[in-house]
Amino acid sequence: MLKIKNATITAGSKKIVDNVTFSVKEGEVLSLFGPNGSGKSTLIKAIIGLGSCSLDKGEVIFKGKEISHLSITERVKRGLGIMHQYPPKIRGVKLIQIAQFLCSDQQKIKVLAQKLALEDHLQRELNVNFSGGEMKRAELFQLILQDADFLLLDEPESGVDIENISIMGKVLDEYLKNSHKSAIIITHTGYILDYVNSEKGCVMFEGKLWCKGKPKEIFNSVRESGYEKCKGCQWQQKV
Amino acid sequence: MAAEGIDRHIDSQDKEKIAFSGMDFQEKERSATFFQKDAEVLLSRSLSGSVDILDIKEALANDSGARKYLGESFRLLGKEYPKNIEGGYFIRIKKGKTVELPIQACLFLKAQGFKQKVHNLVIVEEGAKVNLITGCSASRAAKEGFHLGISEFYVEKGAYLNFTMIHNFREDTSVKPMSVAVVKENGTFVSNYVCLKPVKEVVMYPTAIISGRNGRVSFNSLILSYPDSVQDIGSRIILNAEGGQGEIISRAVSVGGKIIARGHLKAGEKNTKGHLECRGLVLSEKGGIHAIPELETDLQDVDLSHEAAIGKINKEEIDYLCSRGMTASEAQSTIVRGFMDVNILALPEIIKNEIKKLEEKMLEDAF
Repeated sequence: MLKIKNATITAGSKKIVDNVTFSVKEGEVLSLFGPNGSGKSTLIKAIIGLGSCSLDKGEVIFKGKEISHLSITERVKRGLGIMHQYPPKIRGVKLIQIAQFLCSDQQKIKVLAQKLALEDHLQRELNVNFSGGEMKRAELFQLILQDADFLLLDEPESGVDIENISIMGKVLDEYLKNSHKSAIIITHTGYILDYVNSEKGCVMFEGKLWCKGKPKEIFNSVRESGYEKCKGCQWQQKV
Repeated sequence: MAAEGIDRHIDSQDKEKIAFSGMDFQEKERSATFFQKDAEVLLSRSLSGSVDILDIKEALANDSGARKYLGESFRLLGKEYPKNIEGGYFIRIKKGKTVELPIQACLFLKAQGFKQKVHNLVIVEEGAKVNLITGCSASRAAKEGFHLGISEFYVEKGAYLNFTMIHNFREDTSVKPMSVAVVKENGTFVSNYVCLKPVKEVVMYPTAIISGRNGRVSFNSLILSYPDSVQDIGSRIILNAEGGQGEIISRAVSVGGKIIARGHLKAGEKNTKGHLECRGLVLSEKGGIHAIPELETDLQDVDLSHEAAIGKINKEEIDYLCSRGMTASEAQSTIVRGFMDVNILALPEIIKNEIKKLEEKMLEDAF
C-alpha cells in the first residue's frame, strides 16, 4: 500500500529524516515510536505533502505510484488522510462545513458526531476554543468522514484525557477493523494501542528507524531502557 | 406593489442589480418602501400605521417635527454639511411602536455621470423599534456616477434602530456618505455596512454620539476591495453619557484595492466602555489595507480597547483544508467566506438569511 524508499528530509542544513525505508501493507497498522524531535511528524507530513520540509531524496510510493511530486490535494484524492497533531484554528469556518464537504450522507455525519460527542461542536468555528480532547475528536471525525484508504495519525492521544482516549480509541478501532484500512500511528504514551490492533511497530530516533517488532513489546522496552537501546536493532539497514 | 410604480423607470436588468442591495420589489416582508432614482423619488409608501415615510422635501415642507431635527446631529458635532441636496427619505417610527417587518429604501443612480445628493432623516421615537435596510446601487448605464448621502439618525429614549446599508455600485462610481446618529438614554443604534461589489471610491466616517445614559451603539462592516478602488471607511463612536457602550467590528479583504479601515472610540464621560476590532486580509500583491484604530479619552474611569490584525491567509490553514481534499483555490475561498461571515453583522433574524444569500451570491462572483 505505502512504500517509503531511502527518504531523506532536511530543514535548512539540518537532516531531519535520514535515508529511511519501510513499507505498510493493506490493512496493516504501523505504530511509530520515538522521542520528541526525532522526525516522526516530519516524516508523515512529508508523506502527505504538508509543511516546509519536503523530500530531498528517496521515494514515496502509494498504491504502486510515486507521489512525492503531487500536491497535498492530489495525494488526498489518491487515498491518503491525516489526523493533525496541532490543527490550526480557522475562524468563520464551521466544523459542519468541512463535514459536509467530506461526506454527503447527513445521517452518517450525525451518527459519527454522536459517537464522538461532537454534536454541539458542528456549528462552531473549526478548533476555535476547542479543548485538546475536542480538537482530537474533531480531527478523527473529519478523517473518518473523509474515508481515506491510508490514515496518518499524528499523536492522536496527546493532550487527551483518559475518557476522551477511550471514546476515540473505540471509534478508531471499529473503523479500522470494519473498513480494512491501513495506518501509521505516532504515539508517545501508547494508550491508543489499548484500543487499536497494531501488529507492527518501529522506533524513529535521530532521524532513522532503529527497531522493528510488536508495538507493545517495543513500548515496554522503551519504558524500561529508553530509546538508546533501540539503536541496536539497525532495522533500517536490512530492508 | 412597489414594482408597479417603478416598472416604467427601471428595467429588469437594473431591478436584478437593485435586488442585490436588499430591495424586495414585492414588498412581501417589508413595512415601508422608499425608492429614489437619481433626483426623482419614484415611491414612498408605508404599509404600517407605525411608520411615516416621505420624500424629505415633503416632510420638511409640511412637518415641523422633521424641521426641528434637520441638521441637529451635525450641530452637536460642530460640523457643516452640504445643503444643496435633491431628495432623500424621511422616516419616523411612532412612539412605543415595534415594527416587525423591515423598512426598505433604495437610492439608485441611473443617468450617466449623475451626481446624486440626498439627505435622509430617520427618527425612532421613544420606545419604538425598527429595522431599516438601505440599498445604494447604480445602473449598468450610470457611468462615472457620484452619490452623496447625508444621513441623520435620531434614536430616542429606549428606542432601537438596526440599520443595514448595502452598497452595490459600479467600478467607476464615487460615493461619499456622511452619517451621524444621536442615541438617547437606553437607546440602541446598530449599523451594518456591506460593500462586496466593485466601486471606484468610497469615503465615509459615520459617527454616533451616545448622549443618553446606557445608550448602545455598534458599527459592523464587511468590505471587499477590488483593483483600482479606494475605500476609506471608518466608524466613530462618541460616548458622552454614563453607561454608554460602543463596539466597532470590521472585516476587510483586498483583492487588489486599497482599504483604509478607520475606527475611533472617544469616551467623553466616565463609566463608558468601547471595543474596536479590525481584521483584514490582503489577497493580492497589488492591494493593501491600512488600519487606523484610535482610542481617546481624558478620563480615568473608562474602558476602551482595540485589536487589529492584518495579513495574508495563513498557509497552514490552506494546507489544512487541502489535507481534507480541497484544492488550494477552494481552500482560499472557504477561508475568505468564513472571514466575511455575515454573523459578525448584528443583523436581525428576519433579514439574516436574506442578507446571507445576497452575500453568498456576491462572493461567488468574486471568488
